[in-house]
Amino acid sequence: MNLLNISGSPHVHSDESTKKIMWRVNAALVPALLVAIAYFGINALLVSIIAVASCVLFQWLIEKFILKVPSTICDGSAVVTGLLLAFNVPATVDMMWIVVIGALVAIGVAKMAFGGLGKNPFNPAIVGRIFLLISFPVQMTTWPQVGGLFPMDFDVATGATPLGAFKEGALPEGVTFLDAFLGHIGGSLGEVSAIAILLGAAYLCWKKIITWHIPVTFIGTAFIFSGILWLVDPETYMDPVMTILTGGIMLGACFMATDMVTSPMAKSGQLIFGFGCGLLTIIIRNWGAYPEGVSFAILLMNSVTPLINRWCKPQRFAC
Amino acid sequence: MKTFKMGGVHPEENKISNDAAIEVMPVPAQMVVLMNQHLGAPATPVVQKGDKVKVGQLIGEAQAFMCANVHSPVSGTVAKVEPCKDAFGLAKPAVYINVEGDEWMETIDRTPDIKRECTLEPKQIVDKLKEMGIVGLGGATFPAHIKYNVPEGKKAEYLIINAAECEPYLTSDYRVMMEHAEEVCIGVSILRKALGVPNAYIGIESNKPLAIAKMQEMAKQFEGIIVEPLKVKYPQGAEKQLINAVTGRKVPSGKLPIDVGCVVSNLGTAFAVYEAIQKNKPLIENILTVTGKKLPSQHNYIVRIGTTYNDIIKHSIGELPATTGKVISGGTMMGKAVVNLDAPTVKGNSSVLVMDENEARRNPETACIRCGKCMHACPMGLEPYLFSALVRNGRIEEAKEHNILDCIECGCCFFSCPANKPLTDEIRLGKNKVRAMMAAKK
Amino acid sequence: MTQQILIAVLVLGVIGAFFAVVLYFVAQKFKVVEDPMIDEVAEVLPGANCGGCGKAGCRAFAEACVAQHSLEGLRCAPGGDAVAAKIAQILGCAVEQGEPQVAVVRCRPANCGENRRSNYDGLKSCAFANTVYTGENGCPFGCLGCGDCVAACQFDAIHMDPETGTPVVDEDKCTACGACAKACPRRVIELRNKGNKGRRVYVRCINKEKGAVAMKTCKNACIGCGKCAKVCPFEAITVADNVAYIDYTKCKACRKCVLECPVHAITDVNFPAPAKKPEAPKPAETPAPAPQAAPAN
Repeated sequence: MNLLNISGSPHVHSDESTKKIMWRVNAALVPALLVAIAYFGINALLVSIIAVASCVLFQWLIEKFILKVPSTICDGSAVVTGLLLAFNVPATVDMMWIVVIGALVAIGVAKMAFGGLGKNPFNPAIVGRIFLLISFPVQMTTWPQVGGLFPMDFDVATGATPLGAFKEGALPEGVTFLDAFLGHIGGSLGEVSAIAILLGAAYLCWKKIITWHIPVTFIGTAFIFSGILWLVDPETYMDPVMTILTGGIMLGACFMATDMVTSPMAKSGQLIFGFGCGLLTIIIRNWGAYPEGVSFAILLMNSVTPLINRWCKPQRFAC
Repeated sequence: MKTFKMGGVHPEENKISNDAAIEVMPVPAQMVVLMNQHLGAPATPVVQKGDKVKVGQLIGEAQAFMCANVHSPVSGTVAKVEPCKDAFGLAKPAVYINVEGDEWMETIDRTPDIKRECTLEPKQIVDKLKEMGIVGLGGATFPAHIKYNVPEGKKAEYLIINAAECEPYLTSDYRVMMEHAEEVCIGVSILRKALGVPNAYIGIESNKPLAIAKMQEMAKQFEGIIVEPLKVKYPQGAEKQLINAVTGRKVPSGKLPIDVGCVVSNLGTAFAVYEAIQKNKPLIENILTVTGKKLPSQHNYIVRIGTTYNDIIKHSIGELPATTGKVISGGTMMGKAVVNLDAPTVKGNSSVLVMDENEARRNPETACIRCGKCMHACPMGLEPYLFSALVRNGRIEEAKEHNILDCIECGCCFFSCPANKPLTDEIRLGKNKVRAMMAAKK
Repeated sequence: MTQQILIAVLVLGVIGAFFAVVLYFVAQKFKVVEDPMIDEVAEVLPGANCGGCGKAGCRAFAEACVAQHSLEGLRCAPGGDAVAAKIAQILGCAVEQGEPQVAVVRCRPANCGENRRSNYDGLKSCAFANTVYTGENGCPFGCLGCGDCVAACQFDAIHMDPETGTPVVDEDKCTACGACAKACPRRVIELRNKGNKGRRVYVRCINKEKGAVAMKTCKNACIGCGKCAKVCPFEAITVADNVAYIDYTKCKACRKCVLECPVHAITDVNFPAPAKKPEAPKPAETPAPAPQAAPAN
């Protein structure tokens, strides 16, 4: 007979694991990736593959040669970072090498330097993206225009995103809510289609990996705040529906702000976090230098997450 | 349907021994009766080597306040009085008895008739509970005569009988309800009388519809017994959670159920109370489940307390399967892993649960990803991840400030942790350290 | 213009003067007078904050030294005599010479590694495992093998032997601070005098069970037969609770007990190897032969 195992109770486990969570997040990102490939063609696929491969490779190299710890690349967290990083850059040929630098910053600086998965204060993909945005402003804001479905051409026409165009003066002609909802607009690789992102978010909610708190408060705050501004002056400020459908709000609210590691744990804290993200996004979009503010907003809120965790305790059973 | 509000998990129920009727386990040739089968100080042996004892005879007397009498579960000769290793390998004072025949004390009523009338006064009931060595059979083995002796200035308003059996695998309470519903109801009535409360509530999880129907049918014949179906959620049967589910009241931190006017007893205790009060039978038998996914058969037994784990295994399934990984006394969430199968069973043992090696092994621990699942699963609204970090870094004072002592050790945090961190273990360690720190300060 | 400048200067000047006065009084009120000697003493301490002296840290030790102006009852084990001499010089008091000590592990489980009795799968903490059960080797008194002592050591002087699952002390690194002994929930580790040339003799078992039970638990267990106590010419050995203990202040390391012990529970270390070859095989190398039924008590 075997030796008996001895441990304290409990003796069963829910079978939930970090690995399962991460791979489910990856699965939830697939619809948005498919839409990106449909609109931006082979470029989108290549940028994504390069981003994911370099993230995984950097993580493996750092764990093997610098930290000298067992490799954790199988847990899928580097793949999530890679995909999210790819989703946050334009699907252009230039990006195929720039994104490698982004991956190094995301994995090396934002994640492994703090001790690896679970210890990073900031979302690695956002740090990577912001690093690229500041270092390569031209390449990072050269957006491929959406052509027909499945373009196989590497040299697609470029143009501004709806947000960029609005910052310059007015929305481009003929961009409808439906276009924005389906993703038939310019923008970063994975952020264009609201419907694909919502599909992924619904899957995550069903699997209980995220809850509604952060996405709903994030998008809701952005909607209400921009709505107030729009009612005050429809000429200067974008209308609220377009605001939440364009740019990175959907992607940010559903996948980046809900990152378990960098968001608050208590429900009340998550509401504050989502509210802060939405508010900062609209402030940056309307009065900041950049046309898009989602990643800065999330990064800023990431930095106050430990404080929120300290204030927002779960309600105790009995005091 | 009533339930507690906060946290909780739903482990696989695995009530595979549900349909196995209660059998009687034969008496082994030698019996070892431990002297501390209850919470508190061990009983003092009152027999010596060579003494003849009968079934139900007092062999260990409660001399300390927090203590319970121990009676002989068999008849025969006392072989020796010396320590015996319990299920965890630790030596405990014990009485060894060589079994000869099966001669019971004359006072014990062994007829199958059911006696409904109880003429004893509340004080007499409590005294008899003490005499018969009744303890809570829900796991904590708290001496019943202390629980039912409501202290001055406090008043019991609710009697709650825990028949939730929210632990996976366990079915002994279910079988008792199915086979001894009337006796249980009489036992509950007696306890109700002892406390002087108008109503007794029997909380049963709704995954036992047959038992609910049976108990509701039986309760109609009794005054003031209300059967309360509860939502299937672990830890529905935890004392504080059960009070919250049934009455809506919350036991404050560091207080006892009696402080909010509640007394909670296990269903098995109610049955034992019936036998003790009406039949003069001391607590000498356990009803326990022998179960496990890989076992050839599932059983529920009446076992004389003191029968060893090996005897039970031998009689029920012959021998443990070759792939056995763990033997647990109790349920999978709060039961204890047994290391010494030669050890005798004690009061309050509710199962011999055999887990397969794949089921029994914990997965390797990975990094905490701050998902907060432990916090949302915690039925006490605590922060297990925080305790883990504080205890690991020796910040015991802070752990206390974050109310680590409120933890009921239900195991929901470890159960739900995707990183497989041994959170419950760490919290237990932390609680021990906090208590040591507080004792040192005094 | 001049007036504005004057107003600004005046306002700032008044505010500055006001707060200077406030600051002065606050500083006076909350002034902490500290003996400069404390800093000097703290300077010569090793600074590991191991807690071996029983104080909260090196600074607290320095404060205690200065407060009582002597080294009586105070000893920094890691620093040893050298540090004691320095502190004595600062304080201008006499040095208290102490015998150098070392941590010893008083357990040698027979049921370890492949022979272990069970498989501990819970939190890797001795303090916790001790609340769960006996430990993998089945002994309720012996080493639990989860390494609380290793974690407690500030000097990297104690390590787990992967084969036996018990800790091994590195004599050269051990400073006898006692952190491991405090961390051990079963008090398996004890500080003992290092002995002349590091030669010392001790009982490597603290099992208090009766002889027969102890033998069943672990075949390396001391059965408390008392033969060692009888043979000891210096009355250094006492047998209490079925276990022998050698008083290191009385032991002269004659090793008569080592030869006498029927279960080889007494260990001698750092003695030249050939001296004892003819009589008894070294217990660490050969498994103890099955002893004749030794009468317990």
